[in-house]
Amino acid sequence: MSIDLKTIKHISKLSRISVDEQKAEKLAEDLSSIFEFIEKLNQLNTDKVEPLTSVAETSLKFRSDEVKSKNIREQIIKNSPEDNKDFFVVPKVVE
Amino acid sequence: MSEITNQSLTSLAQNIKDKKLSSEEVTKAFIERSEKSKELNTYISEDFSNAIDKAKKFDQNPNLNLKLPGIPIAVKDLFCTQNVRTTAGSKILENFIPTYESTVTQNIWDEGAILLGKLNCDEFAMGSSNETSFYGNVQNPIDKGLVPGGSSGGSAAALSGKLTPITIGTDTGGSIRQPASFTGTVGLKPTYGSCSRYGIVAFASSLDQAGPMAQNVKDCALLQEVISTYDKKDSTSIDFKRNEYSKELTKDIKGKKIGIPKEYRVDGMPKEIEELWQKGIQYVKDCGAEIIDISLPNTSYALPTYYIVAPAEASSNLARYDGVKYGFRAKGENLIDMYEKTRSEGFGAEVQRRIMIGTYVLSSGYYDAYYLKAQKVRKLIKNDFDEAYKKVDAILTPSTPSSAFKIGEKKDDPVSMYLNDIFTVPVNLAGLPAISIPAGHDASGYPLGLQIIGKAFKEQEILNIAYAMEDKINFKNNITDWWIK
Repeated sequence: MSIDLKTIKHISKLSRISVDEQKAEKLAEDLSSIFEFIEKLNQLNTDKVEPLTSVAETSLKFRSDEVKSKNIREQIIKNSPEDNKDFFVVPKVVE
Repeated sequence: MSEITNQSLTSLAQNIKDKKLSSEEVTKAFIERSEKSKELNTYISEDFSNAIDKAKKFDQNPNLNLKLPGIPIAVKDLFCTQNVRTTAGSKILENFIPTYESTVTQNIWDEGAILLGKLNCDEFAMGSSNETSFYGNVQNPIDKGLVPGGSSGGSAAALSGKLTPITIGTDTGGSIRQPASFTGTVGLKPTYGSCSRYGIVAFASSLDQAGPMAQNVKDCALLQEVISTYDKKDSTSIDFKRNEYSKELTKDIKGKKIGIPKEYRVDGMPKEIEELWQKGIQYVKDCGAEIIDISLPNTSYALPTYYIVAPAEASSNLARYDGVKYGFRAKGENLIDMYEKTRSEGFGAEVQRRIMIGTYVLSSGYYDAYYLKAQKVRKLIKNDFDEAYKKVDAILTPSTPSSAFKIGEKKDDPVSMYLNDIFTVPVNLAGLPAISIPAGHDASGYPLGLQIIGKAFKEQEILNIAYAMEDKINFKNNITDWWIK
């Protein structure tokens, strides 16, 4: 299957990755060859097959919803590219 | 110094326990060799002066009952290490300093080991040659200009170059076994759920597993014993009875049934790989095991399935890198523009490609055709193994379809790069354990590996088979230290 530039623009928007014309063309080429490779799966009839969502044949364990780490605001904020000591700072969203 | 760095983990630990070597001597020896080995580009971050301090502290009051007493270890830079920069090979995490420790590395420190530094890897573990790392490619100690494999390429190169006595990697589609095969070392991908994923930078959560890499099977078994623990912090960690893998290790594999899957004889596979496989079959026969021909009919669908499932999960996992909470941030005119520029400048080309594939296969109108289809085929692949394991105890295959290739050789052709993982990917899709052991050399003298795949939770079984084979193979790595001036 070939992936056109319009599709690349659409996926780049969904992925929140900006893509210029040159990069879009390269991506269209790469993704087309990858999807051509992936299309092989259509040779298989899977109508009666249940999808596998987890290889572990145990069900997930329940746990009580408890606070385990307290007073770690500083640690959480520590790696942020921009903060005001109490909050993460982002470009203005509301005028 | 080389009499220290040439030793296996087992012998170093014994020498420290017998007080013939101190942790400081051992740590300094590996640091000295690492300092001379910059050309290999194995380290992203070094933590040498802290390592020496920790070694001195260990020697002052040594606990010699530990399994890794004062042993220095460098680890893949995908494991979060408290207060030590963790980049995942990406620009987007260039300044990220975790405030917490991954469970697997914590288990290693709890047994007395000392962190030397963080090892290079493909960006977010996405690659088979270590060429997607933002921190540059790694040289394979086997020969100049050769890739070490990936994504745990820095780990494999540091191990075979004797810059660390053992190491850990992660394996999502072959990222431990393929570089082990390319560098003449041993690498184990444990059963899904065996090692905690807590604190490991996530790539594809239903496939990712941490595992040990070592110079020999015994060291590998010992490290697996240390890192495999049930962990409440990882909801997919499995609470099963773990063996004492190194203590229970035996070369007695008499009567074991070993399957040979005909579908692994792929078109265009070099003759020397086929010959190596035949040799491996002879070795297990010599050990008294029985060879049984089996079929894994859906093998050829594994790679296309993987290239839907893994990118889909990656696109979701990597949504967290938005320039807000941690990591790199680009300037933008508004919030959305900031997100888009951050991700465009912060992620490399392969990571962007995979996020886009993943986003597409999960997007409205395509989910059933791609993602759901892949999950169904994944079921068929797992069924193939379940069926085979009614007849056999383990499966023997080559680890890779070729030996290590040249840096740059496959970089511009993603599909040919993906084909590297043709023998390793089915194992991740089925969640099984598998080990790669060095088994011979090709015409250029480059190492080649054989893979033993086990039943779920039967790490002991494949370690035993590997241990028995290792004895017969008697592999020697041809490393000339060409990079040391």
